[in-house]
Amino acid sequence: MSTAPRTAAGLASLAAAAVLAGCTSTAPPADSAGPITVNATDTACEVSAGTAPAGNITFAITNTGSKVTEFYLYGVGDRIMGEVENIGPGLSRDLIVEVPDGGGYTTACKPGMSGDGIRAPFTVTGNAQRATDTDAELAAATAGYTRYVSSQVEALVPKTGEFVDAVKAGDVERAKALFPVSRTYWERIEPVAESFGDIDPKIDGREDDERDPGVGFTGYHRLEKDLWVTGLQPDSPAVADQLMTDINDLAARTKTVELTPVQLANGAKELLDEVATGKITGEEDRYSHTDLWDFQANVEGSQAAVAALRPVIDRKDPALGPQLDERFQAVDQLLQGYRDGDGYVLYTQLTPDDVKKMTAAIDALSEPVSKVAGTVTA
Amino acid sequence: MTPRVSRRGLFGLAGAGAALAGAGVAAGYGLDAATSPGPSATVEFRGPHQAGIVTPAQDRLHFVALDLTSTDRGAVRDLLQRWTIAAERMTSGRETAEGGAIPANANAAPADTGEALGLPAASLSLTFGVGPSLFTRLGLDDRRPAPLADLPRFQGDRLDPARSGGDLCLQACADDPQVAVHAVRNLVRDGFGVTEVRWSQLGFGRTSSTSTGQATPRNLFGFKDGTNNLKAEEPELLDEHVWVGDEGPDWLRGGSYLVARRIRMHIETWDRSSLDEQQLIVGRDKGEGAPLTGTAEFDPADLAAIGPGGPVIPADAHIRLASAEANGGVRMLRRGYNFVDGSDGRGHLDAGLFFVAFVRDPQRQFVPMQRALARHDAMSEYLEHTGSALFAVPPGLTGPDEFWGAGLLGR
Repeated sequence: MSTAPRTAAGLASLAAAAVLAGCTSTAPPADSAGPITVNATDTACEVSAGTAPAGNITFAITNTGSKVTEFYLYGVGDRIMGEVENIGPGLSRDLIVEVPDGGGYTTACKPGMSGDGIRAPFTVTGNAQRATDTDAELAAATAGYTRYVSSQVEALVPKTGEFVDAVKAGDVERAKALFPVSRTYWERIEPVAESFGDIDPKIDGREDDERDPGVGFTGYHRLEKDLWVTGLQPDSPAVADQLMTDINDLAARTKTVELTPVQLANGAKELLDEVATGKITGEEDRYSHTDLWDFQANVEGSQAAVAALRPVIDRKDPALGPQLDERFQAVDQLLQGYRDGDGYVLYTQLTPDDVKKMTAAIDALSEPVSKVAGTVTA
Repeated sequence: MTPRVSRRGLFGLAGAGAALAGAGVAAGYGLDAATSPGPSATVEFRGPHQAGIVTPAQDRLHFVALDLTSTDRGAVRDLLQRWTIAAERMTSGRETAEGGAIPANANAAPADTGEALGLPAASLSLTFGVGPSLFTRLGLDDRRPAPLADLPRFQGDRLDPARSGGDLCLQACADDPQVAVHAVRNLVRDGFGVTEVRWSQLGFGRTSSTSTGQATPRNLFGFKDGTNNLKAEEPELLDEHVWVGDEGPDWLRGGSYLVARRIRMHIETWDRSSLDEQQLIVGRDKGEGAPLTGTAEFDPADLAAIGPGGPVIPADAHIRLASAEANGGVRMLRRGYNFVDGSDGRGHLDAGLFFVAFVRDPQRQFVPMQRALARHDAMSEYLEHTGSALFAVPPGLTGPDEFWGAGLLGR
C-alpha cells in the first residue's frame, strides 16, 4: 500500500467494519458509502449499485441460490480486480477491492463456479491516487497475483477436504464428482505449487514417475486410480489423509511465496505448456478422463497471471494486450463447446479433430503469452 | 534498410556475387558437379520467378503444408508480409530478426530459434504456394483459377487425408538439412494463430536435376531419376510447360503450379526383384541410366524399337508411359526428393519418393500422365501414393516492398 494521502481515507476503516459485520448482514445499506450488496442466485446476479467512487469498494455477497457460487470484479481484459470463491448456498462473504482508476469494469456471479458468469457493467468514477512508475506497477501486479493465489488456496483447502472426506467415507460417486472440482483450484496455481519441488510429486505425481526407494505413489492421481480403476483400497483413506496434509502444507507455504513479475509471466506460459503436454494429450487424468476441467483451470490461471501484469503490458506494448484478449477468448469459446452440465465431456469423447483444434488454439495463445516476460522487463 | 551483419559470418551478402539467380546458373560448375554450388552459396530471393523451381536442386527439402486457422484476410496478409521479410533474411543467411536468436533482454523468448546460428546460407530457397481450399476459406472463390482444383483419385491411391491438401505451402530447399528445418520451423512459429501445420515432409538426395550443371541423381530404387527433366537452361520449354502465361489470372502470371505426391516405395519387395525385371520396369539400365535402346544416359529413348520379344522398351515401362511422346508432348519440371520417415511398425522402412513437379496446367499435364501411370505402369506394383496436394505458386517478387500473396490478397 502506498502511503500517499487518499481522497477517501475514511473508506479503509469503513471497509474494515464491513468485514466484521459481513458474515450475517444482508440488509441493503441506506448509506451509499456502505457496502454494495450482491444477491447471487442460480440465475441472477443482483448488484445493488452499478457505480462507485474510486478507492476501496466493498461488495457484500449473499448466495441465495442452490449452487456454490463465485463473485468477481473484472477490469479490462478480464483482469481480476478482486474475487471471492466457493460461496456455499445460504452463505455471505465480503469482497473489499482496491480500484484506484475510474472507468468501466464488470461484475460477475458464477453459479456452479463455471463459465463466464452472469455479468453486468460496473462504473468506477474519479481516480484515487496511484503510482505510474514501472516498479510500483510491477509491485502492484505481483501483489494482485499473490491475492489471486491466496483466493485459490482458500478454496482448494475446503474443496480438497470435501473430496478427501468422500474418499474416506467410501462414497465413490461423490468422490468422483468432487475430484475434478477440487483439482481446478490446484491446476490454476500449479506453477506456484510446482515451485515447492518436494510437494508437487506427492500431490500430483503419476503412477509411472520415478521415485526414491520407499516413496509410494500418492496424491490426486493415486486416488483417481482407486476411484476409477481398481476400486478403493485398504490404504485409500491413508492416502487421502496424506493428500490433505500435503495441501495444508502447500497452503501454509504459499503465504510466504514472493513472486517476481518474470516468474508471473513465465508461470502464465508454463500453465499453457501444461495444457499442451498434459491435458491435450489426455496424459494427466488418464483414469478419470477429466482432463478438460484441468485444461480450463490451467488457462484461467494463465489468464489471471497475464491480467495482473496487464497495466505494464499495455504501457510497453499496446498491441499485445488486445491480441492476448482475442486469443484467450478463442480458447475459452472453444472449450465452451465441450461443456457438459456443470463440467466437461470426457477426454475419451474427443475426436482427433477436436484435439487438433485445441492444439491450434493453444499454440495461437501461447506465442503472445511467451512475449509477456520480455515485454514487462523491456 | 541498413546493412546487417550475416548470422553466418560474411557469407550472407558477400556471397550474393556467387548467387544463382532463379533462372541462371553460375559458370564453372561442370557436368560432373553432383551437388549445387557449395555450402556458402546464396540463392537470390527476388526475381521474375520464385526461387526453388528452376534453382539447381539443392540436396535437402523441408516441405510444409499449412491450414488457415483464421479467416481474417487482413491477418493472413499481415502474416504473409512477416513471412516474406523473415524468408528473405533467412535465404541471405541471416536470423529472422536482427539479434533474434540471442536477445539483449534475457527474459524475452528468442525471436529466432537459433539452430542456424553459425551456419552458412547453404543455398536456402523458400517457395510459397496457395491451395484450392484457401480460396473457399477466405471467400475468394471467384479468384480461384480453374486448374487449381483438387486432383482426381487415381487408381490404387491410398491417400491419407492428414498427408494431403493444405491451404498454403512452404517449400524450403537447402544443402544443409538444419538450415531448411530452421526456416520452416521459424515460419511455422510466426504463423501460430493464423496457420497451423497440416503435414510436413523432410526429403534428402534430390531425385531430379534441374540444371545441365548437375549430375542425374538416383532414387531409392537405385535408378537415375530425372534424366529427361526440363532444365533451367531451356527457357523456351519452361515458358511452354512450367510458367503460367496469359491464360492465368494477373496474380499468377509468371508463376506455376506445384504438384506434390508422397509416394511410398515398397523397397523390400523391389530389392528382391532381378536386375532384369527392374530394368524392364523402368525402361533404363541401372548402371548408366541409358534407355534400353541406347548405351549412354542421354541417348534418346527409341520407343518404336522392336526386339525379339516385342518392344525393347516394354509397353508398361515407366519411361514410356511418362514420356512426352505418350502424353501428347506434355512435359514437366520435376523436383522431388527421397524420404525415409522412420519405419512402419511392421518391420519395414517407411521410405519413398516425395514427388514434386512444377507445371503450367496440372489438369492438362499431370492428371492424364498420372492416370496412365496408375493404370498401366509396371512400377505401380511397388508404389503406394499416400499423400497428394496441389498448390498455385505465384510469380517471383520483383519490387523491394513486394510480399508473398500480395497480388492475390491486395497490398
